[in-house]
Amino acid sequence: MKNTIAERIFDFLKNFPPFDVLEKEQLFQIASQVKVTYIEKGNFIFKQEENPHLHFYIVKDGAIGLYRTMGNDQILVDICDEGDVFGLRPLIQNDHYLMSAKANEESILYAVSVDLLKEIIKINNKVQKFIIASFSSNIKTPYAKTNNGQLFANVETLETIDSNFSEVRTAEFSKNPITCSKNATIKEAAQIMSSKKVGSILIAENKIPLGIITDKDLRLKIATGLVSINENISKIMSSPVITFPKEITIAEAQIAMIKYKVTHLCITANGKPTSELVGILSEHDIVVLHGNNPSVLIKEIKRAKDTEKLKYIKEKASNLLKGYIEQSIPIIFISKIISEINDAITIKALDLSLEEMETQPPVKFGWLALGSQGRKEQLLTTDQDNALVFEDVSKENYKTTKDYFLLLAKKVTNKLHIIGFEYCPADMMASNPNWCLSLTEWKAQFNNWITKPSEDSIMLCTIFFDYNLIYGDKKLTSEMANSIFNSIHTYEIFLNFLGRNALLNPPPLGFFRQFLVEHDGEHKDQFDLKSRALMPLIDAARLLTLSLDIKDKNNTIARFSKLVKMEPQNADLYLSCIDAFKILLRYRTKQGIKHHDSGRYIELDKLNKSEKLKLKGCFKPIKDIQELLNVRYNLSQMM
Amino acid sequence: MLSWFKHKNYPFFWVEYLKKFKTSQPNTIENTRFVVFDTETTGLETSTDRLLSIGAISIFNNVIDVSDSFEVYLKQDEFKSETVEIHGILKDGNLLKLSEAEALEQFINYLGNAVLVAHHTAFDIEMINVALKRLNFPNLKNKSIDTGMLYKKLDGKKDTHFSLDILCNEFNIPKHDRHTSSGDAFITAIAFLKIVSKLKQERSVHYSDLFRTSNKKGLI
Repeated sequence: MKNTIAERIFDFLKNFPPFDVLEKEQLFQIASQVKVTYIEKGNFIFKQEENPHLHFYIVKDGAIGLYRTMGNDQILVDICDEGDVFGLRPLIQNDHYLMSAKANEESILYAVSVDLLKEIIKINNKVQKFIIASFSSNIKTPYAKTNNGQLFANVETLETIDSNFSEVRTAEFSKNPITCSKNATIKEAAQIMSSKKVGSILIAENKIPLGIITDKDLRLKIATGLVSINENISKIMSSPVITFPKEITIAEAQIAMIKYKVTHLCITANGKPTSELVGILSEHDIVVLHGNNPSVLIKEIKRAKDTEKLKYIKEKASNLLKGYIEQSIPIIFISKIISEINDAITIKALDLSLEEMETQPPVKFGWLALGSQGRKEQLLTTDQDNALVFEDVSKENYKTTKDYFLLLAKKVTNKLHIIGFEYCPADMMASNPNWCLSLTEWKAQFNNWITKPSEDSIMLCTIFFDYNLIYGDKKLTSEMANSIFNSIHTYEIFLNFLGRNALLNPPPLGFFRQFLVEHDGEHKDQFDLKSRALMPLIDAARLLTLSLDIKDKNNTIARFSKLVKMEPQNADLYLSCIDAFKILLRYRTKQGIKHHDSGRYIELDKLNKSEKLKLKGCFKPIKDIQELLNVRYNLSQMM
Repeated sequence: MLSWFKHKNYPFFWVEYLKKFKTSQPNTIENTRFVVFDTETTGLETSTDRLLSIGAISIFNNVIDVSDSFEVYLKQDEFKSETVEIHGILKDGNLLKLSEAEALEQFINYLGNAVLVAHHTAFDIEMINVALKRLNFPNLKNKSIDTGMLYKKLDGKKDTHFSLDILCNEFNIPKHDRHTSSGDAFITAIAFLKIVSKLKQERSVHYSDLFRTSNKKGLI
């Protein structure tokens, strides 16, 4: 019998993974059993922790936001639009939902029975690979088509999946952690640890965690004789402890441990330090779950004795990145981890170089990463951009001090070069006498750029404003920041110049919504992802945060997130900029990995239709944010 | 007496159909099976024109169920070439066609005691009833809802005639397969869900409200 409706649903589904790899009969069977639902804007399809439905969902029209609740925060993890699949992983794994799905606009969803899909998975190898890849992130995978399945080459059945995509699974923590009272002596605590055979003990009062001691504390502070074993436990405990709610994922735990430089996280009832202790998550717990992990890499970096070893670790980090991208791990996690690794490598290169110097540094100094590394958005290794600031010294000592730091910088940049960070072709490096300056010189330099804005100085501003202190004295950089903001306040027209610069990046779409490609040169007919799509967002975020006096936010996503809070009237636009930026960064990283280059240029005819659509979807916020800049900074008059 | 006598002689499927109305009927939107349907006909004159196809799909608990859909094409001697360009059904096409009696029997079996939903219900139901009469059956017993009427209950929509095309535009429903009975039934089903959802946003909607035809009767 003819079934017009099922045929129409078939025609829709066949364009999107995993349905695109199904046999015709298999897909028709699915299409003829679809259930169609309509969701009003703001309504939930399912909520975090809820038990799985019998169906998973494909967005037919509209947009569904996936949110993770951590404590009181609702974090938008991803947006699914036409053709995206969501809510599949919990059904296959018989697990509850790890995220909530809410309609960001009114939406029509096709619900597909998971039992039907399970039948098909058994006989269709390609579908199986898609499912495994999409689980790694529990989010949509519009990129699954290019997944070669290599990461999962030895995965034969669904039963063995678990170990492969652990990052966004809720971390398994130890419940009922061993505790002692705050009145205990160190000796008593050590005795409890020995009898319970644990490497750490929490100090708690009324189940509220106060502090922690670990084997390491006993080794460093007691065995060395620094503190007596009869002293009160509070003498050596680390306090306060870092706390998280029990929904914490492995990726989040890894990042927290790197960020706070701790090996244990306390799990409390609502994630706050003031709520009841429910468990403890140690680095060891994670390593057991996850072999090749970033914190292990960071440890290796810290232990490295020469650049060769660092080079080797850097390559391992590239593989990690590749794996993350293939598994569609959220880009925000990836960029955090990779930039932590890059920073650790830079710090180690500095340590090694300082050892080679004949004397200690004459004064305090700071090593700054600039541009994309400064913004922590450098996923692919491009070239190094860095600078050095040192404390002011007397006139007679200036030359020897500067020479010292120039020599140090030369050693560091050389090491970074060997490790795999190419020299900057524009010589924007700390080894360049122009970018190795005292604090006063830097202040003067910034003031000069701000008050005498030329095309060159604006360009330099966009690079140097995005600095991030990697190594050294924080006071130097905060003084520098204050001076920059002062200069901007006294010369506000500078922001308009910066705005004009932000609009110089050409918009990505032509009048007829076609992609604008390069007209000549080496990259003729390719799409310049960096200058047409990423830079407009980066520039806009920088300009808006500068004009609102927001300090210490050097990362584009962090800048937009802050803007969302400061200007709720524009929250939707800023949120869509964040989404667009995430998608574009992922695209660029994928392209770069594929072609072993910076991923800057895209060959449009190599993209399939849904990739093009996805990319175009990112351009709307770019256009909107450029319009906002135009109005706010009155730029049409300046152009 | 006469009706009892007639009753006795109805074929099995019609007896079964009547039985389904004997039990107590559901009384919430969520518990009700709605059958959204559309017909294609040789013309708009219910007494002389004939059914060419019936398409239908069900809604239960606010979900459109594709596996519970219905599509049938009818053999008719009556044929008007001028309406072919609207519905696209040829007199001797490749489609498998049933006799009117077979088609209606299948439709009645599929329909059961569901609530009928259509855009401008009166015409489609009348076409079915006239066809039933030709076969000596009484009228359909199902309750019915007109999406055109329902749409008018939304704020600021009174006193106008709304075509399915206007609804599609208003609700951003893609007009695939417009003027095939199944295609129109599917579009109407989506429109039905959207209207009910929008009505619920404007005020609390009770099951019985769906059947009323005017704003003035209690829906304030």
